[in-house]
Amino acid sequence: MINANSKVLLEVRDLHATVGGAEILKGVNLTVRSGEIHAIMGLNGSGKSTFAKVLAGHPSYEVTQGTVLFDGQDLSVLAPEERAQAGLFLAFQYPVEIPGVANDQFLRLAYNTVQGHRGKEELDPLEFDDFVREKMKLLKMNPDFLDRSVNEGFSGGEKKRNEILQMALLEPRLALLDETDSGLDIDALRIVANGVNQLSSKDNAMILVTHYQRLLDYIVPDYVHVMEAGRIIRTSGKELALALETHGYDWIHANDQATGAQP
Amino acid sequence: MSTAIRDDYLEKLIESWKKEASPVHSVSYLDQLREDALDRIESLRLPTIRDEEWRFTDISSLRSMPFPRASAAPLPGLDKQAGTFLDETACRLVFVDGQYMSGLSSLADDGSITVCSLSELIGTRASIAERYFGQLADFQENVFVALNTALMHDGVCIVIPAGVSVKVPVHILYVTSRKDVAVYPRCLLIAEPGANVTVVEEYVTLYEGASLTNAVTEMYIRDSACVNHIRVQRESSQAFHIANGSVLVAQSAHYDSVSLALGARISRFDQKIILAGGNAECEVDGLALIAGRQLADTHTFIDHANPHCRSRQLHKCIVDESAHGVFSGKIMVRPHAQQTDARQLNRNLLLSDKARMDTKPQLEIFADDVKCAHGATVGQLDNESLFYLRSRGLTEVAARNLLTYAFGGEVINRVIVPSLKQRLEEYILARTRIG
Repeated sequence: MINANSKVLLEVRDLHATVGGAEILKGVNLTVRSGEIHAIMGLNGSGKSTFAKVLAGHPSYEVTQGTVLFDGQDLSVLAPEERAQAGLFLAFQYPVEIPGVANDQFLRLAYNTVQGHRGKEELDPLEFDDFVREKMKLLKMNPDFLDRSVNEGFSGGEKKRNEILQMALLEPRLALLDETDSGLDIDALRIVANGVNQLSSKDNAMILVTHYQRLLDYIVPDYVHVMEAGRIIRTSGKELALALETHGYDWIHANDQATGAQP
Repeated sequence: MSTAIRDDYLEKLIESWKKEASPVHSVSYLDQLREDALDRIESLRLPTIRDEEWRFTDISSLRSMPFPRASAAPLPGLDKQAGTFLDETACRLVFVDGQYMSGLSSLADDGSITVCSLSELIGTRASIAERYFGQLADFQENVFVALNTALMHDGVCIVIPAGVSVKVPVHILYVTSRKDVAVYPRCLLIAEPGANVTVVEEYVTLYEGASLTNAVTEMYIRDSACVNHIRVQRESSQAFHIANGSVLVAQSAHYDSVSLALGARISRFDQKIILAGGNAECEVDGLALIAGRQLADTHTFIDHANPHCRSRQLHKCIVDESAHGVFSGKIMVRPHAQQTDARQLNRNLLLSDKARMDTKPQLEIFADDVKCAHGATVGQLDNESLFYLRSRGLTEVAARNLLTYAFGGEVINRVIVPSLKQRLEEYILARTRIG
């Protein structure tokens, strides 16, 4: 929901980033306020997943230019865990499997770490068990997933649900959902989208990184951005996603030529 | 017996042993075997890195430690030391400095199994020992087995009668109570046809300091019997630990083993498993968790000597700081061992730039209708996994430790004694400091 008076959560200015010496982000600008849902769309290789990883602090990416302020704080000086503790969350496109670590152990460790940093009470295993089972209902997850190793042997859809479960537990102020819709069948997509919608509030914000419009049928964005070659070349309302779905990404350039607009 | 021992280290050991009093009990068959082993030592020497099987493990520092054989001291309060005894077990044998301590031990009193120290072998028990003792642990070419056979104070003999399933694990605790001594633990286990038992062998030292353990274990698993063998070596970080384990798995019998090398400055475990009857199976897992200047060397030899046998092996090493892990795993498939199904995996995790791992998986296949696979990896913690955990708020240290714990957890999970498994998990958590 757009409210021009709500607080700016994320302020990205002229962000450039490289991986292995290659520049992927070439001047990204973006402002996200509390309560807003943004979608970033674009072709593979346009830089949208890189943008999400850079915001979360992936050590393989180097910011070479520009600034990112999260709630007024310079993100570049924060380690990934400090960003998480400050309220940033990345739902991974490819959640990592961690054999040998029970999912409930991992979830409780993450929850208590973040709670501790927020000066809130940590939960013992029994208290946490009740708490997490309640959250799992939101995503129609089988409690058996608590006893299994983190993401090990999970289907694509189960991994994505486990990501949203973590989001539900950690209650981030800004959630980055990196291709959360990929690999989901339509039922799973509905469940995940429904979970995300329930977690959305006026006090938090979300950035959905996606290739397809499909997800946006279920999670309705306030803004749709199109990324190409490491920059956001177009920003509009949710109707932009539908136009892209109908006409394809080339349509933007054809459209630009017809109107004489500069991307 | 002649006095012309070639190796001066061995000479010192034998000399100091001769100055001691004679063994506590005389058992005629064992006495003869000791004599033979002593004779054999004369023509053996300590291995060096020029020997192929020892090329990564330099034990030359042992030469400066011609430790005398330990003489046992009473140990009041051992049972009260946390993490020494297991909750589950009603059957416990405690050896202190190589000698059997009846006061600290508790034997199953329902008569379902025979457990006794070798020094108590008399009558029919002695005839069992005579039939099996020293048959697998051949000392002809192995100086440490020869030394153990010649110098052992005492040992344990366990016989599980045919068809008997032992409900609680048998816990054998080998304690070294002081530094600058040598102990020679010895274990003989016979699982008669259809028997089923879990045995925990645990090696501990009570003091931080140098000592030598030279252990030998022999197991005969007869037709359709099943033995689960857990071996925990957690001696002091200055100790030398050398062990030889030999197992014969008869027709349709099953051998499961989990070996953990946690302590010792230098440890070497040679494990030999002979699948001696059709449809015999073994699962042989191991974990070495080492840091500082520790060296942990595991040599395994799985001999598919008959058709339709199956073997599974997972060996892992976690090597931190300047430690050095060694794994040599040979799987032999004899010419007539058709339908062999063998799989071996060695995975190693290096946690520092100075950590070192040498691995040598070997398949020798002489049959043509077999399924065999082996693999070895040496790597560091996965950066994507680290980032994943950090993105959930865990510090880099906590993330590294959790992944390290998880890597070892795969082997720890194979320990089927709950209290021991929990203790080992706590140990690894303490070592990796995420608690």
